[in-house]
Amino acid sequence: MDWMNQLREEIGADVVFTDPTTRLAYSFDATPNYQAMPDAIVAPRSTEHVQAVLRLCHEHRVPIVPRGSATNLAGGTTPLSGGVVMDFRHMDRISEIDEKNLTVTVEPGCITAHLAEAVEAKGLFYPPDPSSMKISTIGGNISENSGGLRGLKYGVTADYVLALEAVLPNGDVLHTGGKLAKDVAGYDLTRLLVGSEGTLAVITQATLKLIPLPETKQTMLAYFEDLDSAARTVSRIIENRIIPATLEFMDKKTIEVVEAYANIGLPTDVGALLLLEQDGPRDVVRHDIEAMHAVCLEEGALSVEVARDEAHAETLRYARRIALSALARLNPTTILEDATVPRSEIAEMVRRIEAIGRAYDIQIATFGHAGDGNLHPTVSTDARNHEEMERVEAAFADIFAAALDLGGTITGEHGVGAMKAPYLEWKLGPAGIDVMKGIKLAFDPHGIMNPQKMFAKAAKKRIVQGGTS
Amino acid sequence: MKQSPELATRMTEKLDYEEMLGCMRCGFCLPTCPTYIRSKDESASPRGRIAIMKGVVDGLIEPDEGVEKTLNECLGCLACEPACPAGVRYSVLLEDARAAITDHKRATGQMPVRERIVRKVVFDGLFLNKAKMETATGFLRFYQQSGVQTLTHKLRILDWFPDQLQKMETILPTVPAKTERRRRPERIRATGSPTARVAFFSGCLMDTMFYETNANTIKLLQAAGCDIVIPNMQQCCGALHGHAGEQTGAVTLAKQNIAAFEAEDVDYIITNAGGCGAFLIGYDHLLKHDPEWAERAERFTAKIKDFASILLEVGFLDRVPLTLPEQVITYQDSCHLRNVQKGALAPRVLLQAIKGSVYIEQQHADHCCGSAGVYNLLQPVIANDILEMKMGHVNATAAQTIVTSNPGCHMQMQLGIQEHGTDSMRAVHLADLLVEAMDNHAN
Repeated sequence: MDWMNQLREEIGADVVFTDPTTRLAYSFDATPNYQAMPDAIVAPRSTEHVQAVLRLCHEHRVPIVPRGSATNLAGGTTPLSGGVVMDFRHMDRISEIDEKNLTVTVEPGCITAHLAEAVEAKGLFYPPDPSSMKISTIGGNISENSGGLRGLKYGVTADYVLALEAVLPNGDVLHTGGKLAKDVAGYDLTRLLVGSEGTLAVITQATLKLIPLPETKQTMLAYFEDLDSAARTVSRIIENRIIPATLEFMDKKTIEVVEAYANIGLPTDVGALLLLEQDGPRDVVRHDIEAMHAVCLEEGALSVEVARDEAHAETLRYARRIALSALARLNPTTILEDATVPRSEIAEMVRRIEAIGRAYDIQIATFGHAGDGNLHPTVSTDARNHEEMERVEAAFADIFAAALDLGGTITGEHGVGAMKAPYLEWKLGPAGIDVMKGIKLAFDPHGIMNPQKMFAKAAKKRIVQGGTS
Repeated sequence: MKQSPELATRMTEKLDYEEMLGCMRCGFCLPTCPTYIRSKDESASPRGRIAIMKGVVDGLIEPDEGVEKTLNECLGCLACEPACPAGVRYSVLLEDARAAITDHKRATGQMPVRERIVRKVVFDGLFLNKAKMETATGFLRFYQQSGVQTLTHKLRILDWFPDQLQKMETILPTVPAKTERRRRPERIRATGSPTARVAFFSGCLMDTMFYETNANTIKLLQAAGCDIVIPNMQQCCGALHGHAGEQTGAVTLAKQNIAAFEAEDVDYIITNAGGCGAFLIGYDHLLKHDPEWAERAERFTAKIKDFASILLEVGFLDRVPLTLPEQVITYQDSCHLRNVQKGALAPRVLLQAIKGSVYIEQQHADHCCGSAGVYNLLQPVIANDILEMKMGHVNATAAQTIVTSNPGCHMQMQLGIQEHGTDSMRAVHLADLLVEAMDNHAN
């Protein structure tokens, strides 16, 4: 292929890989059942390199998939149309930590946890903490608008992106935003690029907002007899004007699976557990933990445990931390979804998920971020069992429909990618899809940016089947 | 060299598809993998390597030299296994894939002459036979003691050998005389009231080049109240065979060892080399399809324990006070002791119990040092990069004493000190340092 030789000439043969072994290693992400071979992997060293690659791809109509660490769960970084996978291993620097403006400027390949450590060493705090933060890159987090455990109190990635440098498909460089708390000059292109899943432009640098590091943190764990008392506790805590840093939830099924795997003495006769954490000034944390403790008891918690020290806190977090591991070991294929509802609807949503699981005769365990309504119904199955996979897909369609019915959304933090593209119209309606397609066309007239993602050829027909009623 | 399509068939037959399917591709292994950290290339990650093996089996790619290269470049440190949420046994996949490649090359006459000779000498000769191992290390002793080593250095004979071998030559430990090794009794009684009955797995390299460390391990066990037996009929553990795709040799050794130890009625079988311990503990998997041996292998592996864990368990610290002159100590995990035998805690507890010295944990102590069996000889460029990163973390602790718990790591850390450290640094096996602290306190 001519464009590939030209590519090697322009940015160097040492950053262009086309051997089958490397191509295979970039043919997937963390989404079950998605795989496609790219034609080349390109690892630019600079914004100029990115420009050169995009110009060539634009000219030769070659698909391009920007990729961080490929941890995403919706097929977003699988190169479904082949073409070039752009890898940011060489663009991973922290360019600046600005202690006057409380910002950090980074290249997209920087690992999220590395960024968090670097700013924490200076007493500063970058709050977004997706579960994959030790692996995922900032570029990936921005492209997916990743959430995390601290979403309720601190918001998500979008709330911390102040400025972006991005390269358009034609090779032009776009600068958005600045180190500014206020900026209303034109459309908010920063916000538009955040969560655009690599379908509009390639992000080459980001300036992120930092806040002071909280002084201290406290952890507690509470068990409840049933789902409703746990859900009422969540609502009552918020009504009491307390916004905890973490408010995690595990349902009965998840507790059973975790206990069967780890034997840590979790009571398996309970209906739900909540993991609660508060951070901030010492007095505030003590007050909030006491208040949350009281609410848990008032709502009929079977037991409440407050961490004595950090080591104890770690044991309290353990069950929640290993939930995915425990579920992943049940069967070869684990599908993790992220339907999200207003937090007042959590109990109802979990009940609907349980009913859907029964109706389709599949194993669904639900855990997730109770504080912000972001649930992770997780199906344990076997991708080789086609009949069961059809039931799984039908069940997920029903779960999306149920979430929308309760005022929620089809994805809270994982993104649309390829997996949820057929359902996007359910959320946005035809008008929403049309506006988004118009935006896409303005950025990427030839459709080279991460094709087959976000927009499906045809929307899924919305039929109410099975479990929802 | 283009490989014939039958290799794909061999890999399909050998590799456990269920195990490969168990990989969710979540990427939790990436930050633990030394070769991925070094290159940030997905084809050098555990997730990538599993996908590549599966890609061959699924017919997506041919098993070409690229596939072989990436499998060869894996250190086999297995830091990925404890990090894996789905519990995928990467070690099994790696060894099976390597065995398929080796079998295939041998069957089709594709193995280069040089590699065939090396494998013949090392795997069928040296390590499969303890007597030959002793003779070979006897030559090494002759080389070191007779003045030939000095002469060799003066005549610059080593200039004819690859760089890496030259470097390794200077850090080889002094081999004790064979007669000294022969004098060791087969049974040794505990000092004071007995706490446990143990059998000691002496290993091949450990019992020749690191004989002193074995003697010290026995001394520690004795002081901790263990009655010790060292079965004469035991052999090399077979780890080097297994990791290099020589499964037949590994199976032969496993059976000999099981037979040698099951004759003894002991509570534990003690190891003092992480690499051996981890391989011994996998005998049950190695022999699971052999009806005559499967159960015997399970009984054997259930007894395998590293010496540090046993010392703690039987109350060594209550019996024996430890003191050292003022110095900073840091510990380099043996990957296989940590990731396979789950023995990361005991060495640290023991080291922190020594009075007079200060223990400082180095950053990423759990990352491989690059030794990885014979990896540092086969993949010198990657191994040296990894060692350099490692020594950066070691130097940051300002430690004078780097403690190891496996012979390969020990030599690699010595090389690290020589290349990137200072004159005031030393590498010491945990057993040797503990005896030093025990004797030092007594004096």
